[in-house]
Amino acid sequence: MNAAPQLWMSRHLAERIRSHGAESYPHECCGALLGRDRSLGAGTAPAPGAAEVPREVLGVFPLVNRREDSPRNRFSLSPDDVRAADKAAREQNLELLGWYHSHPDHPARPSEYDRENAWPWYSYIIVSVRGGAPENMSSWRLADDRLEFLPEAIELRKHTGV
Amino acid sequence: MPVKVMIPTPLRPYAGKRDSAEFHASTVGDALGQLIAQFSELRRHLFTEEGKLRSFVNVYVNDEDIRYLAKENTQIKDGDTISIVPSIAGGLLESLRFRDRAR
Repeated sequence: MNAAPQLWMSRHLAERIRSHGAESYPHECCGALLGRDRSLGAGTAPAPGAAEVPREVLGVFPLVNRREDSPRNRFSLSPDDVRAADKAAREQNLELLGWYHSHPDHPARPSEYDRENAWPWYSYIIVSVRGGAPENMSSWRLADDRLEFLPEAIELRKHTGV
Repeated sequence: MPVKVMIPTPLRPYAGKRDSAEFHASTVGDALGQLIAQFSELRRHLFTEEGKLRSFVNVYVNDEDIRYLAKENTQIKDGDTISIVPSIAGGLLESLRFRDRAR
């Protein structure tokens, strides 16, 4: 990937993620990001000089944090949750692009634990929630060598391109 | 009719961008073996160096987790769907290893 990765989403969907974080406080919320990434499409590379088409989030799929022992600083999903998110994406002719979760009273930066559990390619959105109020939101992708997360710019748009 | 292996989005770049692949196989292990024979880059994402399925990888036959069946020896029949399901987890708590390194 040459340019820094970019994620488009509507303000409405961003607000849904922030609201889920606020409703779940002081626990971590989590959910799936559904949308389109043309790199998965017909397999044709963009024309030389053409801008890389960013990934677009076109829906969110809120899920329940299954970590009952430490929901304030951990989240996990069951395989059935992951399958349900995948099914929801397919039914809408979308792809499962990644996941979001909240960091209650902590910055919107991935932790070492986030990295250890991350998969390549997925977008991981983190929203910071302080005292119950959602603050910064950031998105990350795991580097190919799995050693670090690379920031992914979120561009909030009035309308998405699809 | 062969069995269908569903490939999750994070592994598609290693599988020729395919969302699924079909094989004639009698066990889950046989089908996954044919999958990584066709797409060799998938091997390190699915299996440890010792050849065991990675713990963060769940495999379903239709709606059943193979951990509760016969694992990789689970028998499959034509028309079955094998799904590779990533484990998803995270959270803000830093591990001790990270704290030590940050000091």
